[in-house]
Order: sequence, then C-alpha cells, then structure tokens
Amino acid sequence: MAAGSLDELATWGAFTLDERFADKVIMPGLIEGHAHSMEGALWSFTYVGWFDRMDPDGKIWSGVKTVDDVVDRMSQIKKTMNDPNEPLLGWGLDPIYMDNVRVTRHDLDRVSATRPIGILHASGHILNVNTKGLELAGLLKPGQNHPGIPLGDDGLPNGELKSPEITMPAGKHVGMDRAFLAADAEGLRNYGRLCVRAGVTTSSDLGQQLNDDLVGLFETVTGQADYPVCLVAFCINLGKSPAELVDYTASLKDRSTQRLELGKIKVIADGSIQGFSARLQWPGYYNGAPNGLWYIAPDQMADIYQRALAAGVQVHTHTNGDEATQLAIETLEGALRKHPDFDHRFTLQHCQLASEAQFRKMGRLGMCVNLFANHHFYWGDEHFALTVGPERAERMNACRTALDQGVPMTIHSDAPVTPLGPLFTAGAAASRRTASGRVQGEHQRISVKEALYAVTMGAAITMKMDDQIGSIEIGKRADFAVLYDDPTEADPDTLKEVRVWGTVQGGRIFEAATI
Amino acid sequence: MKIPVTVIGGYLGAGKTTLINHMLRSANGLRLAILVNEFGDLAIDQDLIEAQNDGVMAISGGCVCCAYGNDMIGALEDMRDATPAFDHILIEASGVALPASIMTTVGMVYGLRPDATIVLADVEQIRKNARHKFLHDTILAQLEQADLLLLTKTDLVDASVVEDVKDWLSTVAPIARSLPIANGEIALEALIGAIPFAQRRPMENVTHKSVFDSIVITPDHNIDPQALGEAFANDPTITRAKGFVQTATGTALIHVVGSRYAFDLLDDHHSLGVVCIGIKGEFDPSNAEKHMRHAERTDA
Repeated sequence: MAAGSLDELATWGAFTLDERFADKVIMPGLIEGHAHSMEGALWSFTYVGWFDRMDPDGKIWSGVKTVDDVVDRMSQIKKTMNDPNEPLLGWGLDPIYMDNVRVTRHDLDRVSATRPIGILHASGHILNVNTKGLELAGLLKPGQNHPGIPLGDDGLPNGELKSPEITMPAGKHVGMDRAFLAADAEGLRNYGRLCVRAGVTTSSDLGQQLNDDLVGLFETVTGQADYPVCLVAFCINLGKSPAELVDYTASLKDRSTQRLELGKIKVIADGSIQGFSARLQWPGYYNGAPNGLWYIAPDQMADIYQRALAAGVQVHTHTNGDEATQLAIETLEGALRKHPDFDHRFTLQHCQLASEAQFRKMGRLGMCVNLFANHHFYWGDEHFALTVGPERAERMNACRTALDQGVPMTIHSDAPVTPLGPLFTAGAAASRRTASGRVQGEHQRISVKEALYAVTMGAAITMKMDDQIGSIEIGKRADFAVLYDDPTEADPDTLKEVRVWGTVQGGRIFEAATI
Repeated sequence: MKIPVTVIGGYLGAGKTTLINHMLRSANGLRLAILVNEFGDLAIDQDLIEAQNDGVMAISGGCVCCAYGNDMIGALEDMRDATPAFDHILIEASGVALPASIMTTVGMVYGLRPDATIVLADVEQIRKNARHKFLHDTILAQLEQADLLLLTKTDLVDASVVEDVKDWLSTVAPIARSLPIANGEIALEALIGAIPFAQRRPMENVTHKSVFDSIVITPDHNIDPQALGEAFANDPTITRAKGFVQTATGTALIHVVGSRYAFDLLDDHHSLGVVCIGIKGEFDPSNAEKHMRHAERTDA
C-alpha cells in the first residue's frame, strides 16, 4: 500500500507491526525475463551437470566431474525403477568442463544394456544414448552418413547424436516424448517453488504454444491460493498463422490475473550460438562453421509485427546472432512506418552479438533488450576459443553499450538452459567472469547497482509491467525478495553468494526452507 | 510396407498451396495425408473440406490435412498409425526450412520411408530471392537439396525466361531435375510416384493431358535393384520410376526420384512391374527398357 518510515506509515491509521524481517534485507521481488517453466518439469529426470544445482525440494545435486560419476548417478537412479523397459533420461551434461571427453554408448551401456538411456547436454544440442537407445531409434547399423551421427571405430554410431533433426526423433525412445515436452501442473508448481528459492516473484514463461486448454491449466495452477509467483506466459509463433497468433494473443489479455500475465507474443528468429544455428553477420563463426538457420521467414516476421502493432500486442523476438538482430530491427522499422507506436517496447531476447550500431538503432526505435548474461560464465571460454572469437566474445551481451545507448535492459538465465537465479545473473553481468576465471570484456561490465536494477525494474519495463512490479512503491504489488545479506554491499564476484530467505508475492509470504 | 513421405519445400509465394490443392483435387482415390505447419496460410479450397477439428482437416476422397505446429514427429506418427492406412504422406515445409533436415527426421521415424524432396521455385522470383540480403544462402540450400525442382508460374512469363531460369538452376542445383509447371498442375504420379497395377486407381490416368509420358516395364528375369536404380537415376530423361522387381533374394520395391534412388527388400510378394515417367519429348521408353535389360541377372 505504501512505503516509507514507520512514522510516515503510521499516519495511515491503525496498524500491526510485523518485525519478522527485521534482521533481513528486503528488496523488490526479482524478475526473470526469460525462462521456461520446463525447468520445473526437468527435475523428474536425472541431473548430471558439472555445477551443483538445487532442485525444487531444495536438495542440492552435486555436479558430476567424470564420466564414471555420470554412470554412477544414473545407475543409482536405475535401481529405483521397477519397469525394466522404462527409459532413463539424464540432463545437463557438459563435457566442455571435462576436457571435452567423448561420452559414448559404451559408457552408458555400463548403466544398462537393456534399458533405453539418454543424456541431454546442457547446451540442449547433443543427446547421448546407449546401445539400446540407438537400436530403438533404428540407428544401430553401419552406413550412417550424417554429420549429426558420429561413428565409432566399429563403423556403428558411437551414441552421440547432434542437431534437432536427429536428437528429436531419437529422443522419443529415451524419454523425451510428448509428455516430456508438454507443460503440466506439477511442473508449473515445481517451477513456482524454484522461483521462491531464487527470490523471484515474477517470471516469464517464454513461450508456450498457448491454446484454451493450456491457458486453462495456467489459470488453474496459478489460481491456487498458495501459488507463489506471477507467470508471464508468452504465446509462441509456432503452429499459428500471423493473423491467428495476434488475434488469439490479443484475446487473452483480459484473462490476466495477479499471478498470470497474458497477451504477449514470442517470435523465434534463429537458433543458438553454441549450437552454430544462430544467424551471424559477416565474418560468421570463428571456427568456420556455416551460417545458422532461420526459424521464421522475413515476410512472416513483418506480418506478425504489423498486426501486433496494429492490435497493441507486445512482441519479444529471440535473436541470438547479429544477423537475426538486424532482421528484427529492420523489420520493426518498416512495420512502425505503417503502424506508428510511441511505446511498443518490442524486445529482443538474447541479442547476444549486437553491435553498438544495432543498440543505437534499437534505442532510437524504442526497443528493449534482454541480454543473456549467464553466457559469460557458462560458455564464455567456449565463445572466446571456438564460436565467435576474442573480439566478439568480449562484447557479447553488451550490457554497458545497451544502457549507454538508452535501451531499457534486463538480463536472464533462460532456465533450464542455465539455472534460475537473478542474483547470479546480475553478478555475471557485473563481473563478466568466465568459468575459467577470466574477466571477458572489462569494458562491458556494469555496476552491481545497475545489475540489480536490471533484474527488477529492467525486467518489469521490458514486459510493460513496470506500473505493477519492479520496485517497492506505493500502488504497486507487494513483491519482495527477502535476503540474509545486503546485495548492495556485495561486489561483482560475491553477488551470487547473497543468500535468499524467500519471497513475498502479492503480500503473501513464502519461505524457501519450507516451500 | 513403409509409407512413403515427400517433403515439399520452397520460399513463401512459390506456389506450395496451389500445388497442395491440385494434389488433393486429383488424388482420385489415393489416400494422402498432408502435414502443414499451420492452417492459417494454407487456403484449402472450401469445396474440398469435409470437416475440421483439433488440427486435422478431413478432405473429400479420404485425404486429410494436419497442422503439426512444433510436433512434426508426433503428427507423422499419428498419420502412420491411422486406419485405413494412408498411401502417401506429404509434408509442407515452412518457407525457410531446409528440406533435407526434415527428410533426416522422417528417415528416423519407424514405418516411414523418405521418398522425394520437391522444392518449388517461382520462375519470376527465384533469382531475386537467391540474392536476398537475409535469405540467399537458405534459398540456395533449399534448391540444392531438391530431387525435383518445380518451376512454377511459368504461364506468366515468356518461354525464354523459363529457359534462362532452368539454365541457372542447373548451375546452382546440379543434382535436381527441373520441371516447369503452370497453374500448379502436374501429374500426381510425377510427384509421388506411381505403383503399377494400383490398388484403387487405374493406370491410364498417369499421363493423359499432362506433359509426361510413361511406360510400365515388367521384367522377365531377376534384377539387380542397385544396378537398375543407378541406371534410372543417371538417366536425365527419367523423372520418376517406381515398382516391384524380383531379385535373387526376394521382391524389392525400387523408387527413383530425379537423380536419387533407393530400394527396399520386402518379405511379401507383389505383382512385378516398374513405372517410368519422364517429360514428353525427352522421355524415350526404349531407353528405360534398355536399363532394365542391363540390370537383369540371369545367373542368380
């Protein structure tokens, strides 16, 4: 209702003083501007990543450091399974931290030779399967001739599968089936619990192939009295024509509630940098890989932008490579000539390689940006050595330039690609430290204060929700992150160590330890 | 027998929708399942639609259209498992999709057989698109990956323009066979291949009023399917060939599209015979018969 000193607030009338957070630090609730509620569902499968990671129950799964560790953990889980044919799926594997060791089907056969087993890499682009998995996918035969199916010395696939056209059909046999890909109530609830543990009171779910059934599921789950977070469910541009997409999304706006924000569109323009499927401008990939893939035709993007501007629907566009960013900028500029809008806040998501000229143009067009700051830590060394080379690695996710060019900015985890944790993400943007400990791009660092603003007000602005959330202010939702430590006293490298007690969302109190 | 799958690619405006309507109209008893990204851009002629619900559109004559959204594999499996079975599945690729990637996925779905990659090119637009600032490499990759290139809207330009574009295509897509078509009208058999002695469909429809000629060859001896496939595929006058031959080890289904061929060894028996199709004026049936004779294996 109001913020201020006790004396100021007492003038509102009778009150009860609640001092439970007297020894805590309260800041505006943290806002994750680009994540996927699938992070909540993934914990039904086995985590085998390099870094320690917390599940929705608060259990910390220790990072696995060797292939033997991977095999051990999968074997432990196997012992708890009754059906001998049920697939066993692991996720989060990141061999770049294990000297790029190749995991083969023979390694996974040590877990089981008869049960299909798969492990999805942290990048999401590589899937390891065991011999049984290869057999079920119809791949256990010589003569395979596809760059996504590397062969072993015996001429048979070694079990490592790359690129979606291979991993998607093969994944079906190791547990990545329709149910795995679909949102479900338990996954949404688990995602809410992860948010509390990270101090998050509002998170995007970017995005979903929304229809009435799925919107109904979101309404039911977020409508439960103890659901702890506001989800911003974007409608993705798959399976709908531009006209259907804009009309349907516009029709959802009125169904928004305190814990479910609807009426925004997500468009995917290209792929990812670490998967070499992002669209790059000249000179392209550092290692000489061919340019990436378009996931939308320029004419379709223009159609969506024009219709969305006319209907007053906001669009967030995934552009990883700078060529995709350029297409989005030019397309929006053209659409704005037809449908001028003085506060559209169309936002580029990831926008990892944008140049200063592109940020300048974005600022002048009224665009916002959500940069993938966690990449500095998780893949920064990889980008430096392999994908884009030193110069572009040092200006990737250029937070400093974005702010200097007047582009409203937030930063994100893209959970489950990297773990949900805006304080970690803020630290990554402030320090730009890679996993190997180097500071990559000193000139693009931002201050701790700017980083904290980015994960609160910055995110609220990019989602056009800054009238409701993002700051502790009269008239706004009572959304707080409750912390044990003061983040404003942290330095860029220690921000990630700030401990979260829990959250207050819409005036309701959620303690991480008991959620 | 595995259900054959054809991918139809090409940029927006190349004429994919017109072609799909034409195929549905001329299916004539064949049960086709057509997968599209979404219905919005697919203007199926209203008189063809019998019913529509939940992403599946029933078309008169036993065909369906199905929107796959982000789950193409799931949609393919649904179509594969449908009863009565479909004769052929066609996938309309999005305007920027690479058809070869879709074919790779199709090849990994149990019970399906990658058949042909057909890419449409608007004769007026294609060279401009191939210079497009953002799309040039995507457009060229689509052309390169085609087995058959359908040069559309040829009725709107002079014959010399068509020839120029064909010449250009032969340099950027040397593997593909180019077929000029007008008004989306092309014999269905040239697109999806024809099995001789079709179960539900008389053969004489294959080439009447079309630009194609065809012949059915019934081999008298055992055939080496690899030698036959290679010979048909290397003959630029043969657009399509499909049928059953007897090999030393059993019956084989052989299918040739453009300069690519494949064969499957079958467990069951079928009446023998191979249909060869080519463009009228270029196609010489006696050449096709010669290829067949050279592939005979009397010793086996």
